[in-house]
Amino acid sequence: MTPDDRKYSKEHEWALVTGIVATVGITQFATESLGDVVFVDLPEVGSSIEQFGKFGEVESVKAVSDLFSPVSGTITERNDAVIDDPEVVNKSPYEAGWLLKVELSAPSEIDDLMGAADYDKLTAEEG
Amino acid sequence: MAAMDRRLLMERSVAGRRAVTVPEPDVPLTPLPDASLLRDDLLLPEVTEGEVVRYFTLLSQLNFSVDTQYYPLGSCTMKYNPKLNDEMASLPGFSEIHPLQADETVQGALRVIHELQEMLGEITGLPGVSVGPLAGAQGEFAGLLIARAFHEDRGEGAVRNVALIPDSAHGTNPASAAMAGLEVVTVPSDEHGNVSVDDLRNLANERTAVFMLTIPNTVGLFEPNILEITKIIHDTGGLVYADGANLNALLGLAKLGELGFDIAHSNLHKTFSTPHGGGGPGSGPVLVTEELAKYLPAPIVSENDGKFVLGSPDRTVGRLNGFQGSFGIVVRAYTYIRLMGLEGIKAVARNAIINANYVQSQLKDDFDVAYDRFCMHETVMSARRQKANGVSALDISKRLIDYGIHPPTMYFPLIVPEALMIEPTETESKETLDAFIAVMKKIAEEADASPELLHSAPHNAANTRLDEATAARKPVLRWEPEAAD
Repeated sequence: MTPDDRKYSKEHEWALVTGIVATVGITQFATESLGDVVFVDLPEVGSSIEQFGKFGEVESVKAVSDLFSPVSGTITERNDAVIDDPEVVNKSPYEAGWLLKVELSAPSEIDDLMGAADYDKLTAEEG
Repeated sequence: MAAMDRRLLMERSVAGRRAVTVPEPDVPLTPLPDASLLRDDLLLPEVTEGEVVRYFTLLSQLNFSVDTQYYPLGSCTMKYNPKLNDEMASLPGFSEIHPLQADETVQGALRVIHELQEMLGEITGLPGVSVGPLAGAQGEFAGLLIARAFHEDRGEGAVRNVALIPDSAHGTNPASAAMAGLEVVTVPSDEHGNVSVDDLRNLANERTAVFMLTIPNTVGLFEPNILEITKIIHDTGGLVYADGANLNALLGLAKLGELGFDIAHSNLHKTFSTPHGGGGPGSGPVLVTEELAKYLPAPIVSENDGKFVLGSPDRTVGRLNGFQGSFGIVVRAYTYIRLMGLEGIKAVARNAIINANYVQSQLKDDFDVAYDRFCMHETVMSARRQKANGVSALDISKRLIDYGIHPPTMYFPLIVPEALMIEPTETESKETLDAFIAVMKKIAEEADASPELLHSAPHNAANTRLDEATAARKPVLRWEPEAAD
């Protein structure tokens, strides 16, 4: 089930907004398409990222893929657990496998993202 | 396959055992320059000559090669390599010379390089050729340095720093562009698997240094809009680069220069039939228009009054390696082209295209075709249908090993989900293709009836399914002495 407490980008990232901070990760559809994740490259805490801009890379046994941020802002936390143990992204993409926490610089951007139902529709087409 | 001894050479080592007995020296001993620089903690295997031979012969029997089995590995052009190529490369005049010998003592070798430059120039319609680059990616890098030098000489070096690259491109394209200091902008594909001309027109501008395009593209398709594409880029002042990975499909049929390309590389090890697949050596000559020839990497061979000399073009981007490229590969490619002749290389391209379309037409009821139209030298199919039943492109590929066939390229290009990229090549007989088709149909049935069989394949190979994720996450890269106990 795609959690409906958060928003989704067409590049298969999710953003869960709490106040002015968004937690960012990749979707289960993304982890299933990628296969086993073996390496995650994330930016430093304190750096800024832009909505739909590239912020890192995720490498699976199949390919290296760019990560695109669903939101703009400043990184306040990074989940180093997924860097040390990339398997967590596969096991728990929506919970333990989160990637970044971002202090939003443009909270209204969230409206440009999809809800769970629309995202499921998109992945059904891509499937 | 019978059980075999899998111990590493280090694990076979017994202290004091030797392959040869060195006689007592009958000349005065000279001490090593500085013995304190020598390591004494480096263990070497101590085995007999027979044990060494047995070890490496067994390893060689674990290899899968084009000399033993069918190898439809897409994008790699695993054609049969005529043994005459190796015979020519072994001639003492080619194999027992040194790259630092004076030009006048190696005229035959230089003549081979010169004639190959001319032949590649004729085949591609790009007359400026350097055989210096040692692989396709190095050819790309050289070509991009040439594009940068060209723009710098026109005073646009600082502004033109973008490489446009299709989303279907080989990963080496953006990597080479980044290495050459260019910013990469991705051009989407259209619904037919070609470059989206509208998107290209919007993305091309005064910052465009170069557009890199593989032709036929990585989905095995020709670009019907190629003349419009090259014009769009030229109108903005940019250059067009051809990734020649798939040149096999164009041999004698179309010239890159006439399609509007300014720069290209050719993978001699693919198109011109030199051994590869085990890591090389590769050879990736870079080819350019007459206007760009002054930037070619050194060395190039020119002819003056019947004498062949190594030289460096006026505005060369430099050297990519110490000597004269992969010379042994140059001799093999030269032999191959001379063997084939013009009619022969046309037949190579035609048969490569016919074989790929035959396989595609025979399998399209069993597997989805990524883009259902005539293909060139390879076809990209998709295991989308099988995936619905939980069977992936990886499972199908692994199952092929059980039938003695090398898997196709998988999961590439990235724009095709569950991609299976099949390149039959021109050197396979109809019987071999029919046998492959029958196996693929059987696997499609197995995917429906017994998916478990595929998940755990291969069953008959020397190694069963490898744990690729753990291998990538926790790689064991060398033998460690501690592990020996």
